[in-house]
Amino acid sequence: MLSRTADNLYWLARYIERAEYLARVLEATMRLTALPLAYVGTSNEWETAVATAGCRKSFFARYDEANEENVTEFLAFSNDNPSSIRNCIEIARQNARSVRTALTSETWETINGAWLDLKRFGNGPTSREEFLRFLHWVQEISLRFDGSAYRTMLRNDVYWFSRLGLYIERADNTARILDVKYHMLLPADEHVGGPLDYYQWAAILRTVSALTAYHWVYRESLKPWLIADLLILNEQMPRSLASCYENLVRFCDSIATAYGRQGLAQRQARAVRTRLQNSRMEEIFQTGLHEFIGEFVSDNNALGAAVSSQYLM
Amino acid sequence: MAVAFDEMRETDGQVRPVYAGLDKWLSDLPPDVLDHRRREAEFLFRRIGITFAVYGEADSTERLIPFDVLPRIISSAEWNTLRAGLEQRVKAINLYIKDVYGRREVLRAGIVPEDLVFQNPVFRPEMNGLHVPHDIYVHIAGIDIVRVDADTFYVLEDNARTPSGVSYMLENREIMMRLFPELFSRHRVAPVENYPDELLATLKSVAPKTASSDPNVVLLTPGIYNSAYYEHSFLADKLGVELVEGRDVVVKGQVAYMRTTEGLKRIDVIYRRVDDDFLDPLAFRPDSALGIPGLMSVYQAGNLTLANAVGTGIADDKAVYSYMPEIVKFYLGQEPILKNVPTWRCREPEHLSYVLDHLEDLVVKEVHGSGGYGMLIGPKSDQATIAAFRAKLKSDPKNFIAQPTLALSTCPTCVEEGVAPRHVDLRPFVLTGRDKIRIVPGGLTRVALKRGSLVVNSSQGGGTKDTWVLDV
Repeated sequence: MLSRTADNLYWLARYIERAEYLARVLEATMRLTALPLAYVGTSNEWETAVATAGCRKSFFARYDEANEENVTEFLAFSNDNPSSIRNCIEIARQNARSVRTALTSETWETINGAWLDLKRFGNGPTSREEFLRFLHWVQEISLRFDGSAYRTMLRNDVYWFSRLGLYIERADNTARILDVKYHMLLPADEHVGGPLDYYQWAAILRTVSALTAYHWVYRESLKPWLIADLLILNEQMPRSLASCYENLVRFCDSIATAYGRQGLAQRQARAVRTRLQNSRMEEIFQTGLHEFIGEFVSDNNALGAAVSSQYLM
Repeated sequence: MAVAFDEMRETDGQVRPVYAGLDKWLSDLPPDVLDHRRREAEFLFRRIGITFAVYGEADSTERLIPFDVLPRIISSAEWNTLRAGLEQRVKAINLYIKDVYGRREVLRAGIVPEDLVFQNPVFRPEMNGLHVPHDIYVHIAGIDIVRVDADTFYVLEDNARTPSGVSYMLENREIMMRLFPELFSRHRVAPVENYPDELLATLKSVAPKTASSDPNVVLLTPGIYNSAYYEHSFLADKLGVELVEGRDVVVKGQVAYMRTTEGLKRIDVIYRRVDDDFLDPLAFRPDSALGIPGLMSVYQAGNLTLANAVGTGIADDKAVYSYMPEIVKFYLGQEPILKNVPTWRCREPEHLSYVLDHLEDLVVKEVHGSGGYGMLIGPKSDQATIAAFRAKLKSDPKNFIAQPTLALSTCPTCVEEGVAPRHVDLRPFVLTGRDKIRIVPGGLTRVALKRGSLVVNSSQGGGTKDTWVLDV
């Protein structure tokens, strides 16, 4: 396969995954800000949303303060923000168009259809109802992309490179929300917990579509260390770091087997997975959740760089 | 201007035999069905993303070419004549290009004036004395044909560089079969779906001697912003070859390679949809970001086939066009089966004075123009436009040719007022390989959707139709 084709497939999947994540961040933030202040405290949730989306710097280069209007504009529709939902879909479609011969018609039509539909939403929502519909629509695109890829694509390097993009992006997203909210997930004895936090925890879970999953896995009311466990170490949870790395190892290995050659990407993926498998939540809290997440983010970036230099250039 | 020949109906209203089935089907059709299908077709085209770009239009970087759901029908007897004429013409074109970059007998014999070749910006001195694999220059030709009466087909233009439109020929048929299964069950239409196989066989047959028995063929595109990008990706997909951009190819030691996820892989044949100018910044335009530095050195070393070859433009500009009948006779010793449209060469003083006296009746075209731009349609222009054009023509007569305004044939077409005749042309695609010439029956029919309009170019409001070759 052409390296550029692999690159396009990888980024196509990354951008679709990122669009879905941004939609979830925005939806969870809307819910939080709709609660009375007494339930959620006085922190500015819109500012947190910008941080969770990973674009605090570029946002505050343009705005002095974060509010519903400018954050939704910036994260969802802005042309100036290279990672706004609109731009994610635009870039995903550009990548898809460059490799449309590598995509099945179902996958291509999902992306192309999304890009055509995007115009329907114009320059932004006219009401909260419409905005919420938009956010649900974005999540649906991602589901359709994923579903059509899963159901229609040949299991060869085309599929594997697209999965690598998806899981590296997903791991990055989950890590980022943990990074922004880690101080709410500290264990009970260190944490001045209160009813305030309950809604914050629920919002975290909602952002990674794990609120229901939490109850099924732990059969308990929301506990911060369990939430951390679910998002970091639980292999059943599709957005956990552990699950992402299980998949990354698998797809890196598929590529290596097909090409008959191992490399840095395979070693890096395995090293990260081994570290996750050997970790226990207590130890992570002892050495510091924040440090653990920071290290993970840079490891994950290193995998991205390894994949890139090994295959995509 | 004469009354146009209608391909479906005689002047007395009689339906020609080849259209009888379509006519019957149309009269059986409940109202609104056509309109409904037309909208369905448009939806399909947009979903699949069969679009093209119009340069210079800010807002609409991707547009649909309007598709007309009524097929254009040619009888197999007519087609057989066309096919023989196309083969003959493309054979002569290949011999002519080989000669121009080789022994130049055609110039010495005074058949074609020298300055027309040497002062032509598309003449490539790099090709002088170069042996291209198997002496084939134009592997893929698109010959534009117009019809003026029951017996006369003219060649309007030869496209010997990077002719496009074949994806529409294929997609139009697919969409028609999807929308009108009932119509197809009443006809036996010669298939066109084998075109990609024929093209791949052609490309493999012309691989250089250095290639393995299974040569690596790729399609080179300028990229997603090119107006014909859809076609490039479509063809690469159907051929099962890699769609490469310039940046995917590297030249090392006079061999071209593509960068793959498993390292460098040698390339033997490039079906290139990038113009000569942009092909290699070291040989041609140094500012080309689309090209592959050093590609010409690979070509000159005989390690690569370019389809089409570099420098084929000297066979298809409008000034050379007027010499094509003589070129056919010179190389093949045969009378041309397909006629040229009568053409005045403004470079010749007698012709020029005739043209200047009859501007109101003529179509005047720039020798290097394409896409219907930069031309004067005398009968449709006001005095001011004609006067302005007269000045342009006088200042540089060599740059123009003139032809009578042809009454292009018409076909029934779905338009706002219902089904009405509209002018059409035809672009069949001729594939020349080492072993033989291949032509799939039919081609791309372009239709001028505006009433009375003769401009079929997609960039100026033309549409397309499925083209059927039928046994009567």
